[in-house]
Amino acid sequence: MDVILFAITAAVALIGAIAMLVARNAVHSALFLLLNFAAIAVLFLLLQSPFLFAIQLTVYAGAIMVLFLFVVMLLGAERVEDTPDRIAWQRPLALGLGAALVAVAVVSVLRGAWEVPPGGEAAATFGDPAQLGALLFTNYLLPFQVTGIILLVAVVGVAVLNQRGRTTSTVKRAPSGD
Amino acid sequence: MVPTSYYIMLSAALFAIGVLGVLIRRNALVVFMSVELMLNAANLVLVAFARERLSIDGQVLVFFVITVAAAEVAVGLALLVAIFRTKHTADVDEVSTLRG
Repeated sequence: MDVILFAITAAVALIGAIAMLVARNAVHSALFLLLNFAAIAVLFLLLQSPFLFAIQLTVYAGAIMVLFLFVVMLLGAERVEDTPDRIAWQRPLALGLGAALVAVAVVSVLRGAWEVPPGGEAAATFGDPAQLGALLFTNYLLPFQVTGIILLVAVVGVAVLNQRGRTTSTVKRAPSGD
Repeated sequence: MVPTSYYIMLSAALFAIGVLGVLIRRNALVVFMSVELMLNAANLVLVAFARERLSIDGQVLVFFVITVAAAEVAVGLALLVAIFRTKHTADVDEVSTLRG
């Protein structure tokens, strides 16, 4: 039963990813990536992590992808690749390298065993959000605080980057001030 | 129960597709989306191993990855908007000089 669910979800995730890669329109790419994120969220549920399922849907599928779609439409950059590639052999070389990467990864997995994981059946409390939260506020308290600082720096950085014209105007004004 | 190796192979395929996206596509936004896809593939394998080892630390790590990805997307998209404002393009081939 689990394997069937996994197969269907994995197929959806792969189709979403490949469609994102080949779609010519950036808006379509974003929507296919959304499909892929939703499939990965279902896989998280299958792996007994309901908290990450919710986080994946709200933060990734919700916030991040809305931001992407917003910027794509704001810039009007849906179709910037209509001109041919500047490096002619870029695409075949990339396909070869990608295939090599898959081959290396699959071989390294196949060297391991195929048996059922040693963890066996999970305890009823595994993946409980309460357990995760307790760990966040005990063992991982410092990294948790650091993520707060990272988010603050990101907010300040975005505000500074999108300050319209303030730095250029001070540069222009400097010679006349002297 | 699904063997962990299935999850690893799915994750490897998704990661490779993300790498291909970075290598092939020239729309900076799609390149960025491919990076997100790679982050998600790594998250998937972390959660799969957390399940296999019955250790919830892997899930905590995924939580941190998602948080940092949110910050990274905000800054990255702000950079793209700033580049678009000066160069009027989102093609990575056009943005090949360090001068603004």
